Amino acid sequence: MFGRLTWDAIPLDQPIPLITSIVVILVIAAIAIWIWRKGWWPYLWNEYITSTDHKRIGVMYIVLALVMLVRGFADALMMRMQQSLAIGASQGYLPPEHYDQIFSAHGTIMIFFMAMPFIIGLMNFVVPLQLGVRDVAFPTMNNVSFWLTASGALLVNLSLFIGEFARTGWLAFPPLSEKAFSPGVGVDYYLVALQIAGVGTVLTAVNFVTTILKIRAPGMSYMRMPVFCWTSLAANLLILAAFPVLTATYAMLMLDRYLGFHFFTNDGGGNSMLYMNLIWVWGHPEVYILALPAFGIFSEVASTFSGKPLFGYRSMVFATMAICIISFCVWLHHFFTMGAGADVNAIFGIASMIIAVPTGVKIFNWLFTMYGGRVRFTVPMHYLIGFMVTFALGGLTGVLLAIPPVDFVVHNSMFLVAHFHNVIIGAVVFAVMAGYTYWFPKAFGFTLDERLGKIIFWCWFIGFYLAWFPEYALGFMGATRRLQHISDPSWTPYLTVALIGALVILLGIILTVVQLLYSIRTRDRRRDLTGDPWDGRTLEWLTLSPPPHFNFAVLPDVHGEEAYWTRKLTAIREEKLIEEPKYEDIEMPLNTPVGVLCAFFASMTGFAVIWYIWWLAILGLIGSFVAMVWYAWHDEHEHIIPAAEVAELERERRRVRGELLKTLTVQS
Amino acid sequence: MSATEAAAIGLTHGGSEDTGLGHRGPESKSIIVPYGFWLFVLSDIILFSALFATYASLVHATDGGPVTNELFSRNLVAVETGALLLSTFTCGLAIIAAKRANMLWTQVWLLVTGLFGLVFLAIEISEFAMMIGEGAGPQRSAFLSAFFTLVGCHGAHVTAGLMWIGTMMAQIWTKGFGPPQVMRRLLCLSIFWHALDIIWVAIFTIVYLIGTLP
Repeated sequence: MFGRLTWDAIPLDQPIPLITSIVVILVIAAIAIWIWRKGWWPYLWNEYITSTDHKRIGVMYIVLALVMLVRGFADALMMRMQQSLAIGASQGYLPPEHYDQIFSAHGTIMIFFMAMPFIIGLMNFVVPLQLGVRDVAFPTMNNVSFWLTASGALLVNLSLFIGEFARTGWLAFPPLSEKAFSPGVGVDYYLVALQIAGVGTVLTAVNFVTTILKIRAPGMSYMRMPVFCWTSLAANLLILAAFPVLTATYAMLMLDRYLGFHFFTNDGGGNSMLYMNLIWVWGHPEVYILALPAFGIFSEVASTFSGKPLFGYRSMVFATMAICIISFCVWLHHFFTMGAGADVNAIFGIASMIIAVPTGVKIFNWLFTMYGGRVRFTVPMHYLIGFMVTFALGGLTGVLLAIPPVDFVVHNSMFLVAHFHNVIIGAVVFAVMAGYTYWFPKAFGFTLDERLGKIIFWCWFIGFYLAWFPEYALGFMGATRRLQHISDPSWTPYLTVALIGALVILLGIILTVVQLLYSIRTRDRRRDLTGDPWDGRTLEWLTLSPPPHFNFAVLPDVHGEEAYWTRKLTAIREEKLIEEPKYEDIEMPLNTPVGVLCAFFASMTGFAVIWYIWWLAILGLIGSFVAMVWYAWHDEHEHIIPAAEVAELERERRRVRGELLKTLTVQS
Repeated sequence: MSATEAAAIGLTHGGSEDTGLGHRGPESKSIIVPYGFWLFVLSDIILFSALFATYASLVHATDGGPVTNELFSRNLVAVETGALLLSTFTCGLAIIAAKRANMLWTQVWLLVTGLFGLVFLAIEISEFAMMIGEGAGPQRSAFLSAFFTLVGCHGAHVTAGLMWIGTMMAQIWTKGFGPPQVMRRLLCLSIFWHALDIIWVAIFTIVYLIGTLP
């Protein structure tokens, strides 16, 4: 009846997951009751959970990412503690089978459920606003995408309470991840959760490529799009081309595990190196799926806070698209030690070094954007400068790793682990923190506390260097990755410094929560009344903060490369806003519970497949089909916002804009 | 074909002088929906490309088991291919009938399309059953795992297509051609069905033709 699922699946004999589970369940229950007592459930249901508004969906993605950041960081802290304790005679507090689950969960969660949702959340919020339009191409599908991602996150976290997680590392390499060596449910949790989330991600890519190529404000030609839109386009093209390979690869591993196929097994002619090739054909573009939008965020930040147009806009676009293509030609550098031969390794080594060239172009563009500008050292600007220093160092170690003979020496060592944390924290985490601070007032109508923001930056910046630069040294000294026990006591000082670094980052994460709560409490004195708190240059700063559901009462007419800046300068020169246009009815998509329903049935099917409960799996599949057909039979997917209501909201915007204009004209 | 007819099936942008590139403001839904669906189909083709690559690298990994020449029959596959190609033709006829809002012929041609698909699927399943009966199932060797997965994945797509055809017929029956989303969905269905044909041509060549070379 319940397949493999028995009471043994609950970790009653392991205090750490058991207590964590109980605490997490209590916290979730407490929050749910608190919301219910406040009477906020209908609001949440109508305004967020079933919303098809890209801004609300973006916020939900970012909330998911922040929660998963806490989960993933807890794993990181546990690993750091284990490595500083389990030295010499001591075995530490985590047995190997538990430690292995922790490093696998850490990598999986941080990439798939922290970095990806954060980046996609920012894209969701920003891209339609920057393009000057009202929503994405497929608003309902956008909601479905989010809930499928959330369903994947749910399954990964469920493995903590029911069963176990994979002990195979974050990419589940065979033959270790095959049934013969990992018979438990851990790898199945991993595979099923990522398949479900992967579907959501591909749908997101379809949505955003269509949006950016087909839905832009009048006059917004390609070479007038903000760089964040360009990098989002590149990232989504990469998702579209790379994620199906991941789906196929995981499907093959599932067939091996569930039906005894021989793709990657040791026997039957299987070839585990085929898995390495396939997974990294996805894996290397994935790096740029995260990094390119990060570069886009920094481009916006650099230009806004230097008070100048972005230096070398065209070269930035070409560099982005060059990276987009070359990123598909370097995957083999993840396993030079496979033994493909000197010529193959040389080609991939050279390709990997070439990709550093367009990246270098970008660094110089940001530097020259700042050069001669009137730089304002705000929080996002701190992250930009911290990023340029850190990322240049990480890039250099990357070029080092791209040299096959060097790679043979440091392959699978802590040097490698330090390298990719250097680029991912240095670029992606710094960028999403910058983006979070930069666009927060647009989303909620008040700014985040600047002083705390700067302290948070310094925690991340100093914490990162303390945590990861000792690991570079350890790698050279022979430390391999994923060590549950350290046998050489002379490494103790390095590991202690690394632990201190992790604690400094912990302080930064705690302060992020403090900053949010403090800023909410003091929101009345940090309101953004004009919609343009940073003296911005792109169209999202044209509308109110927070923007109305329809973003723009009339789609802006774009002239020149910096759509909003041009408009602002014209208004200042002519000392008046543009003529009031004639308002028309606006058609907006209706809310729909279909996303939640799909995710509910997907989670049900996923859970059933993991535990071999086949009747439940079939029930889940039928349920999702019925949900889709039910949705397809609706005739009404849009509702009308009458012109009078649009006019009322827009006149309020024009009033505050008029006041802003007065202050600006006086200044100039 | 008149301009309004073309607009109804999404071939133009409803008679405006628009470029389709989105330079003059957002495109209409008749452009956006099929375009997005095309992107999805392209991603699906990439999924197949991973399976093709796997098949190509594992085709000789037979582990002492049967090889391609001993398993495939060109004649059976020729009938299978014929059925699928004909179904693509009738799918095109269904679109023409739908464009003229002819309920009877739309339903007939969709039904015929589905029946050809069913014939294709029946032959594939019998081929699979025969191979498994001979001890040449997917668990036998890496080559057979790759074969069953590549061809089976296409078969799974055809099955999904058949479910879509059935649902589509029911929707056209209950809603008629009035709601614009019905026509858009029909157009997406035909894109999907033609794409399955393209993939089958590749499977036919790479798996069956090359596999039965002496």
